[in-house]
Amino acid sequence: MGDQNTSMVQKYRNDFLKEVEANVEEGAWVKMCMQCGVCAGSCPLGPAWEHPPQEIFMMIRAGRREEVLKSESMWMCTSCYNCIVRCPRELPITHIMHGLANYAHRLGLAPKMNPTRRFAKIFWDNIAKSGRVNELELSVRLYFMDGFKAGVLKGLAMKDIGIGMMKTGRLNPFGLFAHKGCKDIKGIHKMLKKAYEIEDRKKGFVA
Amino acid sequence: MARKEYSFYPGCSSERRASASNYMVSVESMCKKLDIKLNEIPDWNCCGASIGYAQGGELPRHVMNARNLAISEQVNKGQDVVATCAACWLGAKETKDRLAHDSGLLAEANEALREAGMNLTYKGEQEVRHMVEVLIEDLGYDELKKPVVRPLEGMKIAGYVGCQTNRPFGIAGESFENPKYLDHLVEIVGAEPVTGYDQKVTCCGGALAFSEPEKSQAQIKKIVESAYDYGAEMIVTPCPVCQMNVEIYQGQINKRYGTKFNMPVTYYSQLMTVAYGGSAKEAGLNGQIVRASRLEEIAAKNR
Ligand code: SF4
Ligand code: SF4
Ligand code: SF4
Ligand code: SF4
Repeated sequence: MGDQNTSMVQKYRNDFLKEVEANVEEGAWVKMCMQCGVCAGSCPLGPAWEHPPQEIFMMIRAGRREEVLKSESMWMCTSCYNCIVRCPRELPITHIMHGLANYAHRLGLAPKMNPTRRFAKIFWDNIAKSGRVNELELSVRLYFMDGFKAGVLKGLAMKDIGIGMMKTGRLNPFGLFAHKGCKDIKGIHKMLKKAYEIEDRKKGFVA
Repeated sequence: MARKEYSFYPGCSSERRASASNYMVSVESMCKKLDIKLNEIPDWNCCGASIGYAQGGELPRHVMNARNLAISEQVNKGQDVVATCAACWLGAKETKDRLAHDSGLLAEANEALREAGMNLTYKGEQEVRHMVEVLIEDLGYDELKKPVVRPLEGMKIAGYVGCQTNRPFGIAGESFENPKYLDHLVEIVGAEPVTGYDQKVTCCGGALAFSEPEKSQAQIKKIVESAYDYGAEMIVTPCPVCQMNVEIYQGQINKRYGTKFNMPVTYYSQLMTVAYGGSAKEAGLNGQIVRASRLEEIAAKNR
């Protein structure tokens, strides 16, 4: 992972904007930002963003690479799309935030303990395994991501919700074993493998 | 033949014994009363949801959606795709949009798609729509009103639209900041909408309800509190993630903030099923964690 980062640094030297344009989803839009600040006031978890989207765009242009990619800020995005419908320049801000988070994660620069990063990874692994979400397995893995003791405590805090969901038939207590997922799961695995190959080749990631 | 037919993408949360199984039950009942036929896309897979980006990246996420759409094109020819979950709808629609405007990405998606079974090619022939969009645009409010036999008289209901049913695509003719279609639907079923509900498009935190619970619960608190302030006895929503977030965390919010929330949160399809004469069971009301007692009482009445 560290090598991945070094090779990108060498490839783009000090041109972080160019790197973002080439490798981040919808990154080519960044230069269109006119710094009006509308998006900065749009994020629901606003106070939790050390650098709101407007500032991130400014930092990209200023070449503040490490600061941007190591930031927790993008991980505070709730995908609410407030910013997209309000931006006068029509930047796809949500997707750029997702793209930056994904890129930082791929380079190994994203904050290791950020709960949303960890949740997002567990979520994707969960669906990639069977083709569909297994909600029970997902919650069990979420509870125990900080180790056994923390998991038991978190499970206890959530137990009323869990019991409520089970009683009302909205959580399957046997889901860990009975969940079937997609029939063509082999095909889906092959398809995803191919998709990763193409994407990595295009973005210059080494396998 | 049914009056309308659609290619149906149910999404994971609708599966039997999953978090929105009650939504599914009521959608089936509602569609039966409205003579709408839903043809499930065979062997559909998860859309990747909004949170899939971190590990899924770009192409793998689009390919997941393209597979569903390609199966739909092959099996449910000539039908629009309909989703009941806002996040599913958004994911699939975003993929359609991106592949329509980027021929390189389209070619790559199809290259990956060939690896899956069923001999699939995605062409982009079908529209991707949300269930409420279909109800309002293809049937219209007048038609939706006709089957009402048991108006929900005297109930005051706050229409919580949330984000992803509303942005960035939304329902044609509605504003992003104050969409009114849920209020209209509430009116149609004979209840009173809370017109000034100022948190109707506030984000509940979405997937971050899991990973950032304190921050998201502060959002949810605003959403429930405002409904109480306007005298609502129930919240109604079109999105399974909204429904779950706003309903199930009320107990934790009560502990954290000393509030006394106990607000039922239902789906539009549950209101419609009851108003159309369906039973509590047909409306999936046994799936509520905060029981919708008033709605259950109405559902128990003879029509
Ligand atoms: S709203 Fe658009 S133009 Fe304004 S600061 Fe944000 S991204 Fe830039
Ligand atoms: S989508 Fe993300 S970046 Fe845009 S306003 Fe919402 S939280 Fe902020
Ligand atoms: S958005 Fe949720 S319910 Fe819909 S397919 Fe994706 S994970 Fe499943
Ligand atoms: S309000 Fe919450 S659940 Fe509903 S669409 Fe927005 S983020 Fe998703």
